[in-house]
Parts: sequence; C-alpha cells; structure tokens
Amino acid sequence: MKSMKKAVSLALSAAMIAGAFSIPASAEGGKVYYLNFKPEQAEQWEDLAAAYTDETGVEVTVVTAASGEYESTLKSEMAKSEAPTLFQVNGPVGLATWKDYCYDLKDSEVYKNLKSDDFALVNEDGSVSGIAYVIETYGIIYNKALLNAYFETEGAVVTSVEEINNFDTLKAVVEDIQAKKDDLGILGAFTSAGMDASSDWRFKTHLANMPIYYEYKADGISDTDAIKGTYLDNYKAIWDLYINNATCEPTLLSGKTGEDAASEFALGEAVFYQNGTWAYGDIKDNDVADEDLGMMPIYIGVEGEENQGLCTGSENYWCVNSKASEEDIQATLDFLAWVVTSETGINALTQEMGFVTPFSSIGDDKLPANPLVVAANEDIAAGHTTVSWNFTTMPSENWKNGVGSALLEYAQGTGEWDGVVSAFVDGWATEYAIAHEG
Amino acid sequence: MLRSPFFKEREKIMEKAIKRYFPVFVLPTMLAFTIGFIAPFIMGIYLSFCKFTTVTDAKFIGLVNYTKIFNDPSDPFLHSLWYTAAFTVVSVLLINVLAFIVAMLLTKKIKGTNIFRTVFFMPNLIGGIILGYVWQLLLNGILLSFQRTLTYSSTYGFWGLVILMCWQQIGYMMIIYISGIQNIPGELIEAAKIDGANSRQVLFNVTIPMVMPSITICTFLTLTNGFKLFDQNLALTNGEPSKMSEMLALNIFNTFYGRPGYEGVGQAKAVLFFILVAVIAIAQNTLTRTKEVQQ
Repeated sequence: MKSMKKAVSLALSAAMIAGAFSIPASAEGGKVYYLNFKPEQAEQWEDLAAAYTDETGVEVTVVTAASGEYESTLKSEMAKSEAPTLFQVNGPVGLATWKDYCYDLKDSEVYKNLKSDDFALVNEDGSVSGIAYVIETYGIIYNKALLNAYFETEGAVVTSVEEINNFDTLKAVVEDIQAKKDDLGILGAFTSAGMDASSDWRFKTHLANMPIYYEYKADGISDTDAIKGTYLDNYKAIWDLYINNATCEPTLLSGKTGEDAASEFALGEAVFYQNGTWAYGDIKDNDVADEDLGMMPIYIGVEGEENQGLCTGSENYWCVNSKASEEDIQATLDFLAWVVTSETGINALTQEMGFVTPFSSIGDDKLPANPLVVAANEDIAAGHTTVSWNFTTMPSENWKNGVGSALLEYAQGTGEWDGVVSAFVDGWATEYAIAHEG
Repeated sequence: MLRSPFFKEREKIMEKAIKRYFPVFVLPTMLAFTIGFIAPFIMGIYLSFCKFTTVTDAKFIGLVNYTKIFNDPSDPFLHSLWYTAAFTVVSVLLINVLAFIVAMLLTKKIKGTNIFRTVFFMPNLIGGIILGYVWQLLLNGILLSFQRTLTYSSTYGFWGLVILMCWQQIGYMMIIYISGIQNIPGELIEAAKIDGANSRQVLFNVTIPMVMPSITICTFLTLTNGFKLFDQNLALTNGEPSKMSEMLALNIFNTFYGRPGYEGVGQAKAVLFFILVAVIAIAQNTLTRTKEVQQ
C-alpha cells in the first residue's frame, strides 16, 4: 500500500515535469507560421491558409496581431521555439530591427515574380530582405453625393471637384461646407481627426508624410538624419483645417477612435475622410454608395501642387525568418510562391483581400473591386505626380508618438504649435541618433 | 496534559515521514515556481545587462542600459515615478479607509449584509483591461458634457484611475477587514464598554489594534497593486496626453517596445522597479507588523 502511494506520487510528479517540458511533435517536411499585420484581412488569410493545407497537406498557421501591436507581438513571438517563419516589416526602419532575422529572398520564386526592385528591400550587397505584397494609396476620401449637394447650394465656392486642386480652394470649400453643415444634413466637413491609438497614425504618420515628402524633394534626398521642418507651416495649415471643420470639438479628439471616423463617413455624416484604399472594407455596405466614393490628393499649400497626386507606396514587406529550420523556410517559400502564382492565391489576394499587388504573375485584369483603387488609378491616369511614402524613414515609433502627442496637445489647446515643431525637428535628430548608435 | 510515550513515538514517525517525503510534496509547487517565477526573474536580471531584439539572442554589454535610463530627455521616467508614487499614496489611503468603513457597517447587524458584501466584492472579479475600457466610457460620457475627455489632461487620468481602483479594490479589502473584525472576541469589546469606553474609544483602542494584521495585509496589497498598476492604466488613458499619465509599469513597457535597441533599457528599468517595490513593501511590512498586538 505504502509503496503504491509512493509510486503514484512519483508518477504524478513525473507527469508534471513531462507536461512542463514536453515538446510538441513537429510535422514532417516543414510548416508555415505567418504573423499577419493586417487585422482587416485576418479571416481571409486564415481561409487561404486552410485552402493551402487542403491542397498540399502543409500546415499553415496564421496569427494576426492587434492593430498597433505588431512590433510587440513579433518580438515576443520571435523568442519562441515555434517562431513565425513569415513575418513583415514596415520598411527600412523596421528592417533595421529585424535584419538579422531576414532570409535572403534573392533566389525565391516570389522575388522573381516581382515587377521591380522598387517593391523590395534590397541591401547594399544585393541580398533581398523583404518583398512588398500590397501597394496602397491614401488621400482625402470624399463623398461625391454630398459634395454634389454642396455644389448646388447658393454661393458655393466651386461647382466641380476638379476645381479643388490646391490647398486654398480646399480650405475655402471645407470652411463653406462647415458653415452650411445643417443645410447639408451633416455633422461636419471632415470626420473626427481622432487621436486614439486606433486612428492617430493617420496624422502622425500619413499626414506627416506630406511635409517630409516635400522637404526630401526640395533637398533631393530620400532619407535624412536631421529633418529641417521646411514645410511644417503647411502641416499646421492642413491640421488646423482638419480639426476646426470636423464633426466634433477639438477638445474631444483624444477619445475619438478610427471606428468613429469610419462610421461618420460611412453614414454620410461627413464629406471628407483622410484614409486609404484599405478603408473600403470598413465603409462599404453602409449609407455611402460605392459609386459615390472618390479620393483626392492631400493639398497642403506647396507651390505647384495642382499636379500633385495621391500618396502611393507600401509599408508591408514579407520577410522569411532566417532562424527557422531549413524545412520550414522551404515550406514558407513554397507557400509564398503559391500565394502569388496559383489561381486560388491570386484570387484571395486581389478579390477577397482587395490588394493591389506588385507581382507580374498577377495580371492587370485582376484588380480588386474597390472603388478607391479605381480612384487611385484614375489619379495616375490623369498624369498627377504620385507622392511616395517617406514615412518609412521616420526614425522610430517613439518619434511618431512624440509628434502625435504634440499634435493632440495643440489641437485641444493644452499645448502650442511649437511643441509639434520641436517634436518633429528636434525629436527626429535625437531619435535618429539613438536608433543608429549601434 | 502529560504526553504519553505513545504520542511521542507517533510524532517521531510523522516527522520522519515528512522528512523523507518532503521533496515529493514540495516538488510540484517548487517546479511551477521555478518555471513561472525564478527562471524568468534571473533571466530578466541578466537581460538588463544585454542588448537584444528577442530574449533568446542577447549580447552582454554591461551597465550601458542602466546609464541610458537617465540620459533620455524625451523619456518621462522620473515623472512616471512621482506620478505613480502620488497615485499609490492616494489610492492606499482611500481604499483602506473606505474599505474599513464599509467593513464596519457590514459587521453591524443590518438586514441583507450578505447581499451588500457580494455586491461590493463583485468588481474585483472583472479583469483590469475590461474595467479600464468600461470606466473610460463612463467617465468620458460624463466629461462630454464639459466638452472634455479623460485624456485631456493628466489630472483627469489621475483621478479617473483613483476612482477605478477604489471601485475595484474596496470590496476585496472589505472582505479581509470583515474577517479581521469578526475575529475580535466579543468579550473584549464588552469589557471595554463595561469599563465606560465610548464607541470612539472602542474603535481606536480595541478594534483597530485588534485588526492590525488585516491592516498589514491590506496596505501591502494596495501598495504593491498601486505601484504595479498596468492594465487599468493602459486601458483607461494609455499614458496620454504626452505620456503625462504614464505610470511606471506602462513606462517600462513603452521603453521596451518604443524604439529598436531599447529592449535592454526597459529591462534595466524593470530591475530598478523591482528593487523599489521590494524595498517599499518590506519597509511597510515591518512598520505595520510592529503595531500588531498579540491577542
């Protein structure tokens, strides 16, 4: 009896140890673990992974990080023994953190299908660390029906959207719409410029791209260790326009979320909404009809901006984890090749996820049914100069957060514009130095 | 009572058995404690001297991380420290005083004390993140009538957090105080009353000294909870505006993820944070322990 108890207790503790240290049995021939950046497409990726598993038997796990939590999720996932084999970085700055983890994709099928090196993160030695898989465009999305209603009001500043091709006209139109908001049955010209974490990237990152773009262009550079802030007055002008002609008081901005702005626009409560092609999923099937969706460039009052186009680029680069096992790397490369070349993969990318992709294997007839993508293509067809995405050169998350906080303080009246200038200019120098000290 | 040799014998056998089998009894807990606490703790201290991207590829760099903590003008670490300290003082006082009052009321013979106790205890069963978002909605709803939000200034965030934490913790501390109050022998209070003590004197000279052990536990819990507060802070204000409502734990978290190469600095802060909380908690424990009386 006694020895029985002893045996039982020993067995129990043994079971505990085993439970604590057991290693999950791994599948043969490698498997894929994709840490997805885009919550909007979480389900589509899972469906696509399941379809691949059905077809080939290779296990594909898709985990999606919460909005704004990608870097922190990636950091903890990469430390696990079952680390992501496929992850993504947002551009050169993100790559700096993860360069030691990036497998050279030079000989991969997916790289061979890339239209041009503009869409890859190519290192100085010619190795390829990341491959963009989606090209996106942002600008000021507008509601054509509401805008047309405005054009018919008495004393309208302009009578067609083509006439809005510079900041002064945009400002006049916006302020006139704001004054007539009750007649038009709306809450404001612009949606709320929410500074909640779910929305503040529209301003601290995307809108901040405008002054950076013009400064780089004027100085003929594509990256800098110290920004001068030449166009910060223009940044202030457009920010003032956003916050003073919106659906809510500037003092309420800190609590407004991305969903708030999307719903205000989707329900026809506001005419203008700064966002990009990816926002279509949130807007569609509401009060605003698809044919009423348009997108215009963000004008900030720079000379010659009549010819300026929408902002197009990518901050989504696929990287393959070089520290994963050989089989897993191969499985991941096979999966990527399948995604960009197979019928199912192409269909999922373009139609279900609605991506415009930079792959030559995907024909032009495969454009997603997204009116905002159509608007983006019309803009290019009109001969406008596309604004590149320079925010991928912003020195760190901390810099963006600093600018975001300063923007908010200025908006709600607890801070001065000087705060934004110092966060933008001084912050850039400090953050750049810190991030590059080695 | 004299102990018979039989009892002595049995005790000896028991002792022997315990001595022989104690590893078996201790092992599971010890193992869990090692895996869940000791190992990460030692690893954490080691990482604070390293530069790393993920915790598995650390490179030893010595004390650099510790010097960086105070060399970053954009980092409100010291502000976070004072903000946290102020919050802790206010919340410890409020929670304990209010919990004690509620406990006193609910040990009187009123109808429905059990219902009240349950209701007061309930908030403690809700997770911090959910509570944070619920209170964010509630408080923003009130502030809306003044055209303000919770993140308008750090003062709003401060009092919002205090209200939230009071709401969450008073019930829990109340339960501890109730059990303390109920453990006071009725004779003591009766004797005091017969000796002519008024209710004030009974409270300060009998009840409070007698519940000192509960006070030790409750101040310890509220103190460490105050310092370690994270979920509620993250959900309620997320440090806004401009990191001015960022408490220590959130500051450490943001340092870790804020910029590439600063993971080690976050880790170094966490080590300092541990030492700080440990020192304060030990000091508090010794202090209140000395005030405890033997029954």
